[in-house]
Amino acid sequence: MRSFSQLLDGLVYTRSRNGKLALIADYMRGTPDPDRGWALAALTGNLDLKAVKASAIGDMIRARVDPMLFEMSRDYVGDLAETVALLWPKGEETDDGSLTLSTVVERLHGLSRAEAPAALAAMMDHLDAPGRFALLKLATGGLRVGISARLARTGFARAFSLDVDDVEQLWHVLQPPYTPLFHWAEGRAERPDPGGMPFFRPFMLAHPLEAESIDLNAYAAEWKWDGIRVQIVGTGRETRLYSRAGDDITGSFPDIARAFSGDAVLDGELLVKGDYQGGEAASFNALQQRLGRKAVSAKMMNDYPAFVRLYDLLLEGRDDLRPLPWTVRRDRLETFMAQLDPERFDISALIEAPGFDALADLRAGTRDAAIEGVMLKKRDSPYVAGRKAALWYKWKRDPLTADCVMMYAQRGHGKRSSYYSDYTFGCWTEEGELLPVGKAYSGFTDEELKWLDRFVRTNTVNRFGPVREVEKSLVLEVAFDSIHDSKRHKSGLAMRFPRIARIRRDKPASEADTVEGLRRLVS
Amino acid sequence: MSHWIEPHPTGIYVRPADAWIDPSVPRERALVTHGHADHARGGHGRAWATRETLAIMALRYGTAAGAAVGYGEDFRLGGVSIRYVPAGHVLGSAQIVLEHAGERVVVTGDYKRRADPTCLPFEPVPCDIFVTEATFALPVFRHPDTGSEIDRLLGALHANPDRCVLVGAYALGKAQRLIAGLRARGHHDAIYIHGALERMCALYGSFGVELGELRLATGLPAKAMRGAIVVAPPSALNDRWSRRLPDPITAMASGWMRIRQRARQRNVELPLVISDHADWDELTGTIREVAPNETWITHGRDEALAHWCMTHQMRARALALVGREDEDEG
Ligand SMILES: [Zn+2]
Ligand SMILES: [Zn+2]
Repeated sequence: MRSFSQLLDGLVYTRSRNGKLALIADYMRGTPDPDRGWALAALTGNLDLKAVKASAIGDMIRARVDPMLFEMSRDYVGDLAETVALLWPKGEETDDGSLTLSTVVERLHGLSRAEAPAALAAMMDHLDAPGRFALLKLATGGLRVGISARLARTGFARAFSLDVDDVEQLWHVLQPPYTPLFHWAEGRAERPDPGGMPFFRPFMLAHPLEAESIDLNAYAAEWKWDGIRVQIVGTGRETRLYSRAGDDITGSFPDIARAFSGDAVLDGELLVKGDYQGGEAASFNALQQRLGRKAVSAKMMNDYPAFVRLYDLLLEGRDDLRPLPWTVRRDRLETFMAQLDPERFDISALIEAPGFDALADLRAGTRDAAIEGVMLKKRDSPYVAGRKAALWYKWKRDPLTADCVMMYAQRGHGKRSSYYSDYTFGCWTEEGELLPVGKAYSGFTDEELKWLDRFVRTNTVNRFGPVREVEKSLVLEVAFDSIHDSKRHKSGLAMRFPRIARIRRDKPASEADTVEGLRRLVS
Repeated sequence: MSHWIEPHPTGIYVRPADAWIDPSVPRERALVTHGHADHARGGHGRAWATRETLAIMALRYGTAAGAAVGYGEDFRLGGVSIRYVPAGHVLGSAQIVLEHAGERVVVTGDYKRRADPTCLPFEPVPCDIFVTEATFALPVFRHPDTGSEIDRLLGALHANPDRCVLVGAYALGKAQRLIAGLRARGHHDAIYIHGALERMCALYGSFGVELGELRLATGLPAKAMRGAIVVAPPSALNDRWSRRLPDPITAMASGWMRIRQRARQRNVELPLVISDHADWDELTGTIREVAPNETWITHGRDEALAHWCMTHQMRARALALVGREDEDEG
């Protein structure tokens, strides 16, 4: 348990992504099976033991420590598991090494709710404070060390110099503690065979278009939709949905999964439509209502019905279409559409343009909120994992911009923690007041960051904890992909992907844009 | 009931001596336990303190009229017999033992029971009224062995030869104890210090505390400090000052580091639980040892310690002195 609890502590305190990856990789290389497999399951959120409830842990500690002192401690510390881990009465504050992670997992697995507290207490006595913390987090089923499943798998891949996309392919067909995966990773066994399982295939991704022009005889154009890129994997018996990161998001969109019964793998964009939106694809904001929800209510599905706009067909039955040219896959996809429910699935239409300039005009002219830009796909391109040069391009709509006034600044995270690098900016109301309209923490160069940091420090007028209010004198040109109505902000507006495009030292604050002006950009 | 010792929000008044213990406002006669700013202030008419504490006060507030008191020496003020006894907290720190009318009162100031190479160890004195601090008076605070915390620091240093370890440590006491602890653990490389530590480290040296080779971190190129330990006051950890350092691993030495959220709030990557205050077991153990009739609690988690006393059939009261407890100290 010692190495696992040290790993968790390290992940809690390490700030950089690379640092976290190195910690995971070291652990995966240096820890025996099946401990490391259980750890990987815990880090990726695939170890759901839930042996005890939080209330049972409260009872355990009240039986051992003065309840008043426990309450005072908990008020002070905040987190229940941490409080109990620190409070646990024990003579020697050491981990005696008698408990491995696998022993812990096995014991917790087989427990009834009634026997859990006693078994848990017996284990607590063998551990030190970080070990007790890890144990309690495992036992209550919420590890939460602030890393994504993808990051954990990337760490695993890095440990054995594997391609993380290759790991993703196998991921969903294997069960913890993933011993065949480790054996394959170390070259001691064959690659596990995922046949017949609804597993994830890595997405093909696009490069941003940098060329001035492109030959439309060689490239087909279609709209780039502003939803969630999704992969539908059906085996005929089971259907799963995967996000771009390879996370299984079937649970958030059961309406889609139920509507698909084919034996095929498709690539598309998940969107929601609502009657109030005229039945068309609604903006990303509407989609957010459904994202990240574990359980989706009937009302939610009704108000924000999801559908998938299909881009590509990767596999049909036993046929792997990925090596075939895009034109052939597109034909197969159009034929395949016939068997799908048109309420839930449509096809992403191709843009007919006589030439590149005409396409540029179409792109500039679209006001559809669900359109992010244009995709250009080489007509003879196979479907390959990742971003391959010269096959697919994304050509985003030009960002919108507004001149805003810096109002507040906050320190950044990680390497930026000594800089004021997060800025809240506002625009003018009719009454001549500044109203915050957004927050940005990117877009500037290192040099500009230094300058902005100095500006904040020398122009602070107020401090609220970590936040500094600044003299309302600096104009920032803010770029953003789109802007939407929002009830959450006082201005009634929410920007999508705002970033600092330029520092307008030349412009007086009084000449910055108005909230009213911004509202006219709402899509 | 009026006692000859009276707690007030601004300090403890010893009526028959007409003197205040650790007053937070200027007084004519002040008895000072140690040099931390929440106990020692400038501007008193006359301050009774150890030689070391007077030197620290002179460094911080300029010279003041002071009466040096040696550890263990008895002196009288009014009708009170007074003795200063080591508190083990920082250089020069003392408990003040007062006897009057057949009653003995011990005021600890801040104290700890762990070994500290930079000051004399705490000496328990049985008494009638024990006036204690309670900075870490919650049972979640159990400081681990100091040596193993220092070994973790050295481990991180050796595992990252291209970086430096920047340790936040309170300028009076913690910084010097950490440096002395590193020396005791066999680390003899030059240690780099922030300018704010320079004079205090020199003062420790003048009282015979060996700190080895110290170099000022100011004005050096980053690469000079690769693979080195840099000690700075906690306020410098996340500030511009640290930008000059070679990809620092941020550490902090404090009892507060026991709590994850505390460490994360400060962006600390390597929390070191090294404290100059007694932990829960030391606080309760010391009360048992000196076995007072009554325990008075000056500052900190006073509710919890008072509750513990009560449940162990001991009388206790929280004094709620103001202006105590500096978050960075600990
Ligand atoms: Zn102190
Ligand atoms: Zn204090």
